[in-house]
Amino acid sequence: MTGARVLRRVAPQLLTLGAVILLVSVYFPDFYQIVYANDRLVGIPIDVVKRGAPVALLAIGMTLVIATRGIDLSVGAVMAICGATAAWSIDQGFGLWAALGLAGAAGLVCGLWNGILVAFFGIQPIVATLILMVAGRGVAQLITGGTILTFDNEAFAFLGSGAVFGVPVPTLAWILTGILFGLLVRRTALGLLIESIGINLRASTLTGINSRVLLLAVYMGSGFCAALAGIIATADIRGADANNAGLWLELDAILAVVIGGNSLLGGRFSILASLLGAMIIQTINTGILLAGFPPEFNLVIKAVLVIIILVLQSPRLLPRLGFIRLRRERDEKPSGTPVEAGK
Amino acid sequence: MLTKTLMATAAVFCFGATAASAQTIGFSQIGSESGWRAAETTVTQQEAERRGIDLRFSDAQQRQENQIAAIRSFIAQGVDGILVAPVVATGWDSVLEEAAEAEIPVVLLDRMVDSSPELYLTAVGSDLVHEGRVAGEWLVEAVAGEECRVVELQGTTGSSPAIDRKQGFEEGIASADNIEIVRSQTGDFTRTRGKEVMESFLQAENGGADICALYAHNDDMAVGAIQAIKEAGLKPGEDILVVSIDAVPDIFQALAAGEANATVELTPNMAGPAFDALEAYLADGTMPEKFIQTESKLYTQEDDPQAEYEARKDLGY
Repeated sequence: MTGARVLRRVAPQLLTLGAVILLVSVYFPDFYQIVYANDRLVGIPIDVVKRGAPVALLAIGMTLVIATRGIDLSVGAVMAICGATAAWSIDQGFGLWAALGLAGAAGLVCGLWNGILVAFFGIQPIVATLILMVAGRGVAQLITGGTILTFDNEAFAFLGSGAVFGVPVPTLAWILTGILFGLLVRRTALGLLIESIGINLRASTLTGINSRVLLLAVYMGSGFCAALAGIIATADIRGADANNAGLWLELDAILAVVIGGNSLLGGRFSILASLLGAMIIQTINTGILLAGFPPEFNLVIKAVLVIIILVLQSPRLLPRLGFIRLRRERDEKPSGTPVEAGK
Repeated sequence: MLTKTLMATAAVFCFGATAASAQTIGFSQIGSESGWRAAETTVTQQEAERRGIDLRFSDAQQRQENQIAAIRSFIAQGVDGILVAPVVATGWDSVLEEAAEAEIPVVLLDRMVDSSPELYLTAVGSDLVHEGRVAGEWLVEAVAGEECRVVELQGTTGSSPAIDRKQGFEEGIASADNIEIVRSQTGDFTRTRGKEVMESFLQAENGGADICALYAHNDDMAVGAIQAIKEAGLKPGEDILVVSIDAVPDIFQALAAGEANATVELTPNMAGPAFDALEAYLADGTMPEKFIQTESKLYTQEDDPQAEYEARKDLGY
C-alpha cells in the first residue's frame, strides 16, 4: 500500500485517538508534558505507549488470526504460561537467554496446539482456543507452584522496566514486533494469502494455497506475540502471577482489532490500525486513572467511550448520515436526477 | 440416619472416654485459591502437630457440597470437633444441625455463615475494618502532625476486604486533620495493576513530590507500587511512606530493604485460637465467645523483617 492509502485506511483510528487524547487533556491539561529524567522519558504519553504494550503485542497476532476468520481467546492464558516459564527458568538459574527461548517456545507450542485444533480437526476457533483459555492458567499455576514466583535478575527485569535512549523497552518491543509482522505480511504474499483464506477458505484451498499450514503459522504467530507480552508483563513486576497475568487481555486485544476497523468476519486487515486501536484503549485506561473518578466508574466510562467509538465507525451509520443529507438535497430539487448514495 | 447419628454419638462418647488427651479434629478447608489459604492450611497442620491433635484434613476444592460431605464423614467418624472454613455463607443449617445432634462442636474459621449462632461453638476470624484502622493509626503516629497527602490502592471494587479496609483506614485517620486521602483507585489486589495505578498517581501528583504516603489494601499491590516509585526516581519508604495489609513474605523483604514501612498481619493462624477454644470446651464445657477476633499485628522495619520473612517463606504463600 502506498503512504496515502495507508493514511486513508487508518484515518478513522487517528482521528479517534486524537479525540480521546483531547478528552483526557480536558481533565488533565498536563497530558502532553514529557520530560527527560533518570535516563528515561517520563510523561503520560510515555506511560500510555508503555502500559499499552501487552495489548498492542496481543493485537498484532490477533489481527492475523481474525483476518483468517478465526479468533484466539487463549492469548491471556498463554501470557501467563510464558511468563511463568520465563520466571521458572530464571529461578532455576538457566539465565536470561534460556528463559527467553523457553518462554518463546512455550508460546509457539500453545499456538501450535490451537492451530492443530482449528486447521486439522476443524474445531471452531472460538471453541478451540477457549480450551486453552480455561486450562492455560492451570498450566501456569503448575509451573509457578501456585504462588507468585518472584526472581531477582536485573537483565530480565530490564525488559519490563528498562529504557533504551529514554524509550521504555516494552514500547520498543511492540513497535519492532509490529514492523516485523507488517513487513512479513506486506512485503511477501503472506498477507494476501491470509486475507484470501479469511474470505473463502474452500476456494483458497482449491486454488492451491496450503491453508492448513498457513492457519498453523498464524496461530503460532499469535502464540509468539502472547509470549512476548507475557515476558514483558512478568519482567515488569519481577514475578510471575499465574492467576492475574494477562487476565481478560484477550478481550482488550480483540477490542483493539475491532476498533482498528478490522472485520471479525475475516479478510482485509491492517496491523497498524489494530495498534492504534490498542493505543486508543490504553489512552482511555490511563485517562480514567488520571481523572480521579471513584473506581466504580472505571468500567462504565470505558464502556461508554468504546460504544461511541464503535457506533461512529459503524459501516451502516456513516452512509446513512450521508444519505440523510443527500435526500434532503433531493427533496429540494425533486425533478433532478437521482443521486446515488455514497458507500 | 437416626441410627447413624446414634452410632456417631456413641463413637464420640467411647472416644472421649478412652482417649481424652489425643483429640481427633476434622478440618474442612475451602481449597487453595490463594497463597494465604495455602498458608492457613500449613499453619493449621503445624498447630495440630504441636498440640498432638490427630487432624483429619479435607480439601473441598471450592465446592460447598464437598464440604458438607466432609463434615458428614467427620460426624460418622465421631471426631471430637470440626473446623470449617465455609466457602459460602448460606446452606449450612442441616449439616450443622446434624453435628449438633451428634454433640460435636463446630468452629468456623476465617469466614462466617448465616446459620443460627447456636449451631456452632464459635467463629474465629479477623476484623477487616480493624485491620484498616491499625494501618491508619500507624500513619497518624508516623507523620506526627505533619501535612500528609495519601494515595490509596483499593482492592477489587465492591469486594468486602476493599470496602472494610477502606472504611477502617478512614476511621483510623479521622482524628488527624493533617492527613488527607487525595487519590483512591482500585488496583484489583494484583501487582501489575498496583504498579500501573501507582504510575498514574505519580504522574498526577507532580511526579510523586506531592505524595507523602501510600496505603494499599494488600501487600501485593504495595510491592507493585514500590517498583513504580523506584522507577520514578523516588525512594519508597523515605520519600513516600508505604503501609499495607496482609503480611505476606514478600513485603517483609521490602521492609528489610527499607522500601516499605509497615504491614498489618492477616494471620493465617486461625486454628490456634480455634484449638484453644475446642480444648477448653471439651475439657470442662467452657463456652467461648461467639466470635474470636484474631490479632491484627502491626509489623514495621523494627520488627526484624528478615527473620519474619524466613519464618513465613515456606508456609505456602
